Amino acid sequence: MSNIHAAFNLNFANTGTRAFSMAIDITVPGAGITAIFGPSGSGKTTLLRCIAGLYRATGTVNVNGTVWQDEGVFIPTHRRPLGYVFQDANLFSHLNVRGNLAYASKRAQSPVTASRHARILEVLGIENLLDQPATSLSGGEQQRVAIARALLINPELLLMDEPLASLDIARRQEILPYLEAMHAEFNLPVLYVSHAVDEVSRLADHVVVLEAGRVTAEGEVGELLAHLNTPLQSADDAGVIVNARITERDEKWHLIRAEFAGGAIWLTDNGEAVGTDVRIRIMARDVSLAASEHADTSILNRLPARVSGIREDPHGPTCLVQLAIGNEHLLARVTRRSVAHLNLEVGATVWVQVKSAAVAH
Amino acid sequence: MAWEALWLTARLATTVTIILLIIGTPLAWWLARTRSFWRVPVGAIVAMPLVLPPTVLGFYLLIALGPNGPLGTVTQALGLGLLPFTFWGLVVASVLYSMPFVVQPIQNAIAALGDRPLEAAATLRAGPMDRFFSVVLPMARPGIVTASVLGFAHTVGEFGVVLMIGGNIPGETRVASIQIYDHVEALEYAQAGELSLIMVIFAFIVLAGLYLYQNKHPHAGMTFGPRP
Repeated sequence: MSNIHAAFNLNFANTGTRAFSMAIDITVPGAGITAIFGPSGSGKTTLLRCIAGLYRATGTVNVNGTVWQDEGVFIPTHRRPLGYVFQDANLFSHLNVRGNLAYASKRAQSPVTASRHARILEVLGIENLLDQPATSLSGGEQQRVAIARALLINPELLLMDEPLASLDIARRQEILPYLEAMHAEFNLPVLYVSHAVDEVSRLADHVVVLEAGRVTAEGEVGELLAHLNTPLQSADDAGVIVNARITERDEKWHLIRAEFAGGAIWLTDNGEAVGTDVRIRIMARDVSLAASEHADTSILNRLPARVSGIREDPHGPTCLVQLAIGNEHLLARVTRRSVAHLNLEVGATVWVQVKSAAVAH
Repeated sequence: MAWEALWLTARLATTVTIILLIIGTPLAWWLARTRSFWRVPVGAIVAMPLVLPPTVLGFYLLIALGPNGPLGTVTQALGLGLLPFTFWGLVVASVLYSMPFVVQPIQNAIAALGDRPLEAAATLRAGPMDRFFSVVLPMARPGIVTASVLGFAHTVGEFGVVLMIGGNIPGETRVASIQIYDHVEALEYAQAGELSLIMVIFAFIVLAGLYLYQNKHPHAGMTFGPRP
């Protein structure tokens, strides 16, 4: 059976300043990127360390049919077919980049082929760094080397512990495309710990939400992002993911048309070929609502939708409105006054306006 | 005469340093990493020569290695004979006496590495022995260099233990420090002065060289005493 099952029960009573307990039992798809999402202190890293065997806790780990840990069974970390990317690269300081990569290649149980080896270096853009000492690299470069090193072990499961958290925003933007390329190119199950909605929505296929050592939500990323009441939506950057296909290019105005189940929207042309499948992220703050269709507006995308849920922000003047368009859902962040003014309620029909220039894809 | 004593001293210090690196490195690794209750008593025993008068250590060794002592019985049974007043008796005594100077720098260097490089190595399929040789030893190298230099120099400089366990046999146990003492007893101040000057120059060069090395490797683990 192709899935990853992990169950742990931990109790740290009175260690340090606070007690921490974790009771987690998850089964996630054995392919694609699964994000383990939650605020700091929710137990994400602890869970990942337990799965890797770096932290010895009683529990069960079963990866695509192989038992890594169970009652009476504990395979030590160095015999688990995993790759691990630490929060800060954790390269060996006594070796240069080539040495760090060779450390993995030499010990891989079934080493990657030469062509894949070359491809890994290429995808992560580190071919030119090989002879540099590990300590002379920038944070972003170190992390890319660390990811390549983990891939060269040819793991059956890649565990990534907030690989971008120790980097500044510019570096994060520098690495994200590499991670997306890795996802697209190497068909490898990944558990990706993160507390950034942005990373989760760009990378993940599946999401597990943790809070205080408990699973509070779990599901396919698009589904979960379209929900009103997950912690994913409490942040300022609430938004949804829509899987769409580019169907048309408007050369004159530099726009492309992305079609999804239930509608289509125009996006700024970033060179995607017609016929490509894309994942677009529509932020709640870029979506506005109108009672009727307005043609005299700068907003290109106007779609009829049905209100399928409304959640008031308990601390502010805004509401998050969930809208059904065909099978897809969008979220809109609007003021409570507008909700009252437009008489919005579940079941009402509205026109959704999405700003083309703002949509990321 | 002087060269015989110096050559013996060099041989003794080299032998002791090699033995200490072989047994001291795993011991330092264990002391740095274990959470066992035994860490404290074992650490204290290793450090004891730092505070004990050398004569105390020499006295106990003399008894233990003697014909009726527990170690003496063993060496006789193994056909090695009795060790006191032999070169190998000096080696045993010096290994114990110089132990803290070798174990503690290595222990500090390993403790300073922390868990993280070892965890990274474990996720890269390196087992415990592999981790020790591929990560711990190379990363703790400055500490190991410091330990070798200090172990060697300290063995060269010892006197009390040697006098107790080795006596004063030319070419066998009469090391430089004993030779100087002999010269002074015999009122041969010129020879004593010559040998003493050689020792002073040796000590200065060794320590200056070590500090120079440590300037280049600031985390060499020069500090002594149990880890905090």
